[in-house]
Amino acid sequence: MTNPIEDIHASEVILITGSNTTENHPVLSAYVKRAVEFKGAKLIVVDPRKITMTKHAALWLRPKLGTDVAWINGFLHVILKEKLHAEKYCAERTVGLEEVAELVKKYTPEYVEEISGIPAADLVAAARMYASAPAASILYCMGITQHACGTDNVKSLANLAMLCGNLGVRGGGVNPLRGQNNVQGACDMGGLPNVYTGYQPVSKEDVRKKFEEAWGRPLSPNNGLTVTQMFPLAHEKKIKALYIVGENPMVSDPDLTHAKHCLEALDFLVVQDIFLTETAKLADVVLPSACFAEKDGTFSNTERKVQRVRKAVTPPGEAKDDWWILAQVATRMGYAMDYAGPEQIMEEIGRVTPSYCGINFSRIEREGIHWPCPNTDHPGTPCLHVDKFTCGLGVFHAIEWTPPAETPDAEYPLYLTTGRVLYQYHTGTMTMKSEGLNEKAPECFVEVAQADAERLGVADGEKVRVASRRGEITARAKVGGMVEAGTVFLPFHFAEAAANTLTNTALDPVSKIPEFKVCAVRMEKAA
Amino acid sequence: MEKKNIILLNGKETAFEPGETILDAARRNHVDIPTLCHLKGAASTGACRVCVVEVEGAGTLLAACSTFAAPGMVVRTESPKVVQSRKATIELLLASGNHNCAVRGGDGVDWTAFQLGVQAMDKTEALCPVWGDCRLQELAYKYQVNGERYPKNDTCYPVEEVNPFIVRDFSRCILCGRCAQACNQIQVNNAISFGSRGAEHKIIADGDFPLATAECVFCGECVQACPVGALTEKKVRYRHRPWEVKKVRTTCSYCGVGCQLELHVKDNTIVKVQGADIAPNHGSLCVKGRFGYDFVGHPDRLTKPLIKENGKHREAGWDEALDLVAKKLSEIKAAHGPDSMGVLTSARITNEENYVAQKFARAVLGTNNVDHCARL
Ligand code: SF4
Ligand code: SF4
Ligand code: SF4
Ligand code: FES
Repeated sequence: MTNPIEDIHASEVILITGSNTTENHPVLSAYVKRAVEFKGAKLIVVDPRKITMTKHAALWLRPKLGTDVAWINGFLHVILKEKLHAEKYCAERTVGLEEVAELVKKYTPEYVEEISGIPAADLVAAARMYASAPAASILYCMGITQHACGTDNVKSLANLAMLCGNLGVRGGGVNPLRGQNNVQGACDMGGLPNVYTGYQPVSKEDVRKKFEEAWGRPLSPNNGLTVTQMFPLAHEKKIKALYIVGENPMVSDPDLTHAKHCLEALDFLVVQDIFLTETAKLADVVLPSACFAEKDGTFSNTERKVQRVRKAVTPPGEAKDDWWILAQVATRMGYAMDYAGPEQIMEEIGRVTPSYCGINFSRIEREGIHWPCPNTDHPGTPCLHVDKFTCGLGVFHAIEWTPPAETPDAEYPLYLTTGRVLYQYHTGTMTMKSEGLNEKAPECFVEVAQADAERLGVADGEKVRVASRRGEITARAKVGGMVEAGTVFLPFHFAEAAANTLTNTALDPVSKIPEFKVCAVRMEKAA
Repeated sequence: MEKKNIILLNGKETAFEPGETILDAARRNHVDIPTLCHLKGAASTGACRVCVVEVEGAGTLLAACSTFAAPGMVVRTESPKVVQSRKATIELLLASGNHNCAVRGGDGVDWTAFQLGVQAMDKTEALCPVWGDCRLQELAYKYQVNGERYPKNDTCYPVEEVNPFIVRDFSRCILCGRCAQACNQIQVNNAISFGSRGAEHKIIADGDFPLATAECVFCGECVQACPVGALTEKKVRYRHRPWEVKKVRTTCSYCGVGCQLELHVKDNTIVKVQGADIAPNHGSLCVKGRFGYDFVGHPDRLTKPLIKENGKHREAGWDEALDLVAKKLSEIKAAHGPDSMGVLTSARITNEENYVAQKFARAVLGTNNVDHCARL
């Protein structure tokens, strides 16, 4: 997030898109609800599903799946045409507005209605509302990023925020909500194929030199592969070994049947986890690790705040901290790693990472610190881009809308979209161990619109078969108003009816995120 | 002097900020005024009258939580009049329900009969489930009162246990309204409200249904807000007493909000989770953060390294497993080069562990093939 969570209380308009906030980020959603109900903020929800947040919204726009760039360009069109944008801000702090202005000329409200199904008048009203606020915040989640055009979606939202001068102000910002607790930290720590810690590129000579010196080993100058590239290469026998720490791609990966073949094709698979997950079952060696309550360290939350994790209980049996296991393997491969513990590792992180330089365990004993924090006297940076953009001028990107990689046809006439439910978490390895949570969300279901249900002769609670070009699953139909006719929704937590058996592996060309949010399926009553 | 934002608090000049209540000003200056119904972050209701103070010139005692500080006010927080009033208030509350902790006397008739009656309703011989963790009990001790002078009010409700997380026992409810405020003004779930059934006031879920069928999303905010034993966690009731646990502050391991938790630990087991009163959550949690901790000590946890032989996993010691991994990876590196290997690190593990994982990939295996599954 560019802005801290607490800033939501200072927003006058909040735009939520592609985030089922009450289910996936419940405590943050309470900030939004309080801002709306008690502090006079106005809420715009743009979402194909009738999510709970729509109850609090002043305006709810319901676009067709995969039309985000189109409606955002429509917002830009209206705001520029009516001169509601922050002219001075754009002139002083940004570049590239002319190209964008040229491109969005054709995204008239009527044209956008044709693509997205959002009534032209609603689009105009929402664009005016967003532009009218001295501080407007945008919140988004996987509904924006999990598309073949996910990177374009995110850049388009940044265009919108910049156009109205909403970056670098209290109550504003473009705020991605991270799904898993430490996604932010995994990225910050260089758990990415192209960067070391703090987003320092592996391809940059001086950066690499610095790390070679710090680590005492020659390092590769080539960008590595993303997970979505590694899997197919494993299938082709070009990747021989994978070492997987605490992840369960056998439920979370798109096109699961294919993922299984990929992992089985490996010469050697190591999985380090707290449970024998679907992925661990395939491993040659499984290493038992400690969970969050059994170790010390830090997580970085969605607002870039580095907070302490503390050991409360001892791990079961012989389970060990993940860092200890990795350090042991390293040492046994001839590279000595003899850390005394997480505190010492954090000191090393600070030495090689400018944005984490001022963060250490004693400073965050009581409360966390937002990075960038360049030195130990620095208070941290809750709000980014305050007087100027971190990288100089803010850059506008002119982006055309492109349709999703797979659209419905005669054989697969329905759109499928996927997501999470409140009572389960990701692949369910943790939440499904709680009886109470399972009682609330015991099994997979598929949301179907009334009209589609009638056409297919399916009643609420009946079993249906959902099939795509990649596979099929059975689940109970939940008939109602959550989705529009022509679209069905599946939660992806459940291994025995894994939604990702159906989803498409088409990747965003930049982020390599698969298109989980849209694919084509057909549905029928299960015998 | 007159116009300055200063009050005389127990004889001491005390500055206040415009818009602050007497309670706010006192708390900021470390003067303790007891409260029961006041809930931080919600509008004051003035329902319980425990926080009353004496303000010179005012005809009656005023509720500190809902009276704004004004320049020149002379306030006494523990004067004889205040103490007398608080005693009376607490006494009435104690007498109002099944408050069967030791501070409660009998019900004016017979202590033993009272206890036995409550125990029958609770279906246990233990004292009140929140013994030792109750605001009312604390205040009763502080002001040395019991409810003996009044007969026990006999509006009694059956204990409601139908939902998986929360037990509701309105026989112990003091009608402070905090639960409804927590639900409506803090979490804004609007699942419960002050309602009535027949002649009695009562906290109700949507049209007085049991909690399991209403709008409730089981965030547990109401339970954490309840100052007495009327709302309790099902898994916690009668399992431990507060002085037996060690509390550990940590960060939630589910979503990216990063709520601050207080884990309550007894005998190396997490027995309860509460929200810590600090950013970003200020005490709030959701159902996963508050109730989703069973996985930690679950019997299915992996406890030993496993090695696959003839398609089956068998248990192994650490040395054997680690040596095997090191040997295999070294062999593959030698035969096919570093880029034939990859590491998937995790959005679930700590920063320090992610750091070590990518350093392992880059410095030890020698490849930048390192990623995590967050894009999935
Ligand atoms: S658990 Fe949460 S949603 Fe349910 S009644 Fe209590 S505060 Fe409201
Ligand atoms: S249930 Fe608890 S919080 Fe709610 S009114 Fe009764 S005593 Fe107060
Ligand atoms: S308590 Fe809920 S909202 Fe808070 S971090 Fe945990 S999962 Fe997220
Ligand atoms: S705390 Fe002030 S009236 Fe209850």
